[in-house]
Amino acid sequence: MERKELTCIGCPMGCSITVELEGDEILSVSGNTCAVGDKYARTEVLHPERTVTSTVTVTGGEKQRVSVKTAGNIPKDRIEACMEAINNVSVSAPVKIGDIIIENVAGTGVSVVATKNIS
Amino acid sequence: MINYEIVIIGGGPAGLAAALSARKAGVENILILERDAELGGILNQCIHNGFGLHTFKEELTGPEYAWRFIERVQKENIAYRLNTMVLNISKDRIVTAMNRDEGIIQIQAGAVILAMGCRERPRGALNIPGFRPAGIFSAGTAQRLVNIEGYMPGKEVVILGSGDIGLIMARRMTLEGADVKVVAELMPYSGGLKRNIVQCLDDFNIPLKLSHTVVDIEGKDRVTAVTIAEVDENRKPVPGTEERYTCDTLLLSCGLIPENELSVNAGIELSRITNGPVVTDRLETNIPGIFACGNVLHVHDLVDFVSEEAAKAGRSAAEFVQNSTAEKQSSEPVVLKAESGVRYTVPFTVDPGTMEDLLKVCFRVGAVFRDAYVSVYFNDERVMHMKKRILSPGEMEQVILQKKKLLEYDDLKTVTIRIEAE
Ligand SMILES: Cc1cc2nc3c(=O)[nH]c(=O)nc-3n(C[C@H](O)[C@H](O)[C@H](O)COP(=O)(O)OP(=O)(O)OC[C@H]3O[C@@H](n4cnc5c(N)ncnc54)[C@H](O)[C@@H]3O)c2cc1C
Ligand code: SF4
Repeated sequence: MERKELTCIGCPMGCSITVELEGDEILSVSGNTCAVGDKYARTEVLHPERTVTSTVTVTGGEKQRVSVKTAGNIPKDRIEACMEAINNVSVSAPVKIGDIIIENVAGTGVSVVATKNIS
Repeated sequence: MINYEIVIIGGGPAGLAAALSARKAGVENILILERDAELGGILNQCIHNGFGLHTFKEELTGPEYAWRFIERVQKENIAYRLNTMVLNISKDRIVTAMNRDEGIIQIQAGAVILAMGCRERPRGALNIPGFRPAGIFSAGTAQRLVNIEGYMPGKEVVILGSGDIGLIMARRMTLEGADVKVVAELMPYSGGLKRNIVQCLDDFNIPLKLSHTVVDIEGKDRVTAVTIAEVDENRKPVPGTEERYTCDTLLLSCGLIPENELSVNAGIELSRITNGPVVTDRLETNIPGIFACGNVLHVHDLVDFVSEEAAKAGRSAAEFVQNSTAEKQSSEPVVLKAESGVRYTVPFTVDPGTMEDLLKVCFRVGAVFRDAYVSVYFNDERVMHMKKRILSPGEMEQVILQKKKLLEYDDLKTVTIRIEAE
């Protein structure tokens, strides 16, 4: 059996939650004060996901960098690979909010899109 | 001299939302003055997501949130001037500004809305005598360098202060390959949002040391190491608890302070607690026709509340220039008081006769309270009593006052907000 400790981000209470699990099966969730914490702990332990934001080099535009984000959440353990891909691309102006900068980043099925207009 | 019905100082989220709501209320001649080369304010460097959950029901990044407002301002043909720095505002609402193309310009405004935002507390927070090597940055400066200029200030980082900007930068610099060694926080709690502590520190195993401060900085030309130590209840370092970290960069994230030099020159009364103007329920300062909203009024943690507050300032300014409030004014406004655990309220007064149907009163507490009550008193009578599982200085709280209730109450002089154990 494995034990994982985490802090709920559902509200400012920030309950310390303990999850006990056997492989992929959750045996118990404790320490949470409400149902939000239970749900958070279950996904966070089995499939933690994050949105990644960064910037990409722009050539020929009014600015040198354009801000970008993953269009959805990606698995937490793919963040590093995603950052590497982001740091290896550059785009040329103009760029519009929502333009796809990298398709299917690091094999996650999620695209990296621009979050700023650069003319 | 140029004439405008409403002049807005600052083109951040507050200025943009104020302009849109004043236009919606029917004001034609609006001008936004922004010293930067683009609209959007601080949001342009906040490339992380988490903005707009309340307003748009989706999580946007700072630049995306700003764009939703900029786009509308452009569609509405609201005038704005970029690279234009406001130098002075007079009591009779003459705004003096400067830019490269026009030199000094003077504008007579029917009403003025202050939306200048805030700046970071200076390094004074760092109480260490001696010289200052290179490699010490405020967190916001580092954010601008990394996110706008694409320049990394250093490789091995120690952060003092656990405000949100410091936390966000801990993650940002880690993602860009830096080694963030520790975040030291003087207080026994963090002023940052829980979500940021988890997703910016815990995710990357960056330790957060509460009740710790920097006691020594080494390095002649550039920082080479920083020593932190635990502090006692009086915030004095405890000998023997020192830990030394080699690093080339020290980031300071010691809080924000409203940017009010212009307000002071205009004779606007400031609160010693918020460092922002003292305003009525219509967000009007003590100078008639000058209104304030956003971070210049008090520091906000959520941009959604900034937009909401600014929309109100826009409505009030519109009313002022359309001259419909003057005759409704009742004689003595009701004073809002912050007591026992409540540090301040915004606004500071409310006029039941002219207030909108509902008034959101924002406040902050001075310490962490668990299982406590937020109580509202009309004069000496308790009229609201709400249980809260947690109240913390890092999160802005609100209570809502109803115009009807205030009008009904005989001889109402004060409304007091208190935190009570039971
Ligand atoms: C680093 C950081 C991270 C944040 N993260 C989040 C988050 O994750 N989620 C969230 O909801 N909120 C977040 N916030 C809060 C939110 O972004 C701010 O509260 C909001 O941007 C404040 O808006 P404002 O318009 O009052 O100020 P600002 O955005 O600072 O705009 C003020 C504008 O006024 C201009 N100005 C100032 N003086 C003059 C002058 N004399 N003449 C002309 N122009 C002038 C400035 O150039 C600036 O453009 C964050 C804030 C910061 C600082
Ligand atoms: S478990 Fe519930 S009460 Fe505790 S932090 Fe999460 S949301 Fe808040």
